[in-house]
Amino acid sequence: MAGPIVQIRGVSKSYRRDSNAVPVLENISLDVPEGEFLGLMGPSGSGKTTLLNLIAGIDRPDSGSVNVAGTDVAQLSESQLAKWRATHIGFVFQFYNLIPVLTAYENVELPLLLAPLSKAQRKEHVQTALGLVGLTDRVSHYPRQLSGGQEQRVAIARALAADPTILVADEPTGDLDRKSADEVLTLLDRLNKEFKKTIVMVTHDPHAAERAHTVRHLDKGVLQ
Amino acid sequence: MKMLSIILRNAFRHRLRSILTIAGIATAVMAFGLLRTVIGAWNAGVTNAASNRMIVRHRVSFIFPLPITDLQQLQRVAGVSGVSWANWFGGVYGNSSDFKNFWPRIAVDPATYFTLYPEFIVPPDQLAAFQRERNACIIGRKLATQKGFKLGDVITMDGDIFPGRWEFVVRGIYTGRDPTTDETQQFFQWDYLNEQVKQREPGRNVDAGWYILKVGSAAQMPAVSATIDTAFTNSQAPTKTESEKAFQQSFVSMSSTIITSLQVVSFVIIGIILLVLANTIVMAVRERTREYAILKTLGFTGRHIATFILGESLVIGVLGGVLGLLLIYPMVQGVKQGFSAFFPVIGVSAFTALLVLGVAALSGLAAAVLPAARAVRLPIVTGLRTIG
Repeated sequence: MAGPIVQIRGVSKSYRRDSNAVPVLENISLDVPEGEFLGLMGPSGSGKTTLLNLIAGIDRPDSGSVNVAGTDVAQLSESQLAKWRATHIGFVFQFYNLIPVLTAYENVELPLLLAPLSKAQRKEHVQTALGLVGLTDRVSHYPRQLSGGQEQRVAIARALAADPTILVADEPTGDLDRKSADEVLTLLDRLNKEFKKTIVMVTHDPHAAERAHTVRHLDKGVLQ
Repeated sequence: MKMLSIILRNAFRHRLRSILTIAGIATAVMAFGLLRTVIGAWNAGVTNAASNRMIVRHRVSFIFPLPITDLQQLQRVAGVSGVSWANWFGGVYGNSSDFKNFWPRIAVDPATYFTLYPEFIVPPDQLAAFQRERNACIIGRKLATQKGFKLGDVITMDGDIFPGRWEFVVRGIYTGRDPTTDETQQFFQWDYLNEQVKQREPGRNVDAGWYILKVGSAAQMPAVSATIDTAFTNSQAPTKTESEKAFQQSFVSMSSTIITSLQVVSFVIIGIILLVLANTIVMAVRERTREYAILKTLGFTGRHIATFILGESLVIGVLGGVLGLLLIYPMVQGVKQGFSAFFPVIGVSAFTALLVLGVAALSGLAAAVLPAARAVRLPIVTGLRTIG
């Protein structure tokens, strides 16, 4: 494995609840090597999702630095951060979060609209991504016409379509039955092993965490 | 798939809500356009006034006549190339309580009047027949159609300003030079009025209700006006000489309160359009808060999000505007048929059509500004926590 693609140093983060500051992360430091499949575990409220959001550049630390793919994300403006996310981050949500008025094909194509690609190039990317997740026969289906497992596979295809540097997944099997969860975990495992994708996955599920190379535990905002 | 496709699909995500919103906007736009058209019809006389005609009337009021002997003096005024005169007749045709039986009846000088009003196009043989026969009259094409009058028909009516039974033989039917020309008037010979009144009411004089002057250009009007009004200052009938536009404006001014009220109502309607649209867009944006956060996570910027929201509102607003515009035409047609006596010239102008579409489009954009700003500013993590 190569050097760290994610380098977090002394990161703290708190949220305001009424007039009180509630600390979520305290002085976190973490390295994620390129090609790693990292599992983040911990009880509810331990700060797993907050740490994932910081890595994905959708939240900012109160202090410390978050360096991902050679960029200190905390230093970027909102519009720079948006462009950076489009290039470097593929996000998989617990509840899939597909756009209901778009077909599977169009959902996967969505992030590619931001890239300087022709229609033919976009089509090639979408077909490759849907092929990887085994859903080439569902391209014109709307999310309501897909099962939960299929929706999550479309969501993974969407996250992969722009060939991001890192795949971040927040409880990707949390809303799936065991069979569908296994399919999704096998897919993530394959993406990591065959395509060398760096994956950071938050999960409650020990069964899911078993698929990760490395598992780190968070408890009350402190990395164990 | 392009941004426009996403905007269109979002606009009809809740089909019933979108259709009801479009119907609401269309109704409001139709009301707005109808009011603007009615206001335009009210001002039609002013808008259509010729730029080279002036009106001389009694300084105190239009209802006081001017001596017919003023004619020679007016013909000699520098800058005046033609003079004619006319007199309001009034009269009652059929059932007086039926507004459809009202139309302007005006006694005119047969030799000069139509020369000064080239917008009334009369076939030469009909004009000659009108000029030959004392009790002949010329009526507008629209009036002839509405009442079924034909050449040779006798129009009988009772006089009010000039009492007695009056009969006019239709010898000509004029058509307007353009669609804005009033085709609901009736003109008959001033000499007929004068002779009949002398017979029926010995001792009563018929003078000119007003004089019409033709001048070379609008630039000459101030000098012509000053010359005439100065000349008649100390006469028994002092004059007020003004452009035809100003003369027409004085009639419109009498109804200024009504027109102002209509204008206020039309602006209230714009407010209603805004509220209807804003309500729909606020609901849609609130429901999709999480979705916008997801789009931001994928790399879409605040500008993209604003485009989606403003575009969706614009699409709904413009569709409502187009539908409303299409509804205005039959409504105006109904007003035209039902109130032809009040609005002889009424029609949806190109300006009104563009105005209603512009109002609908701008309302669409304005209604979405605040929801779009809120969606753009909302942090991604807050949006992702929202239950949509």
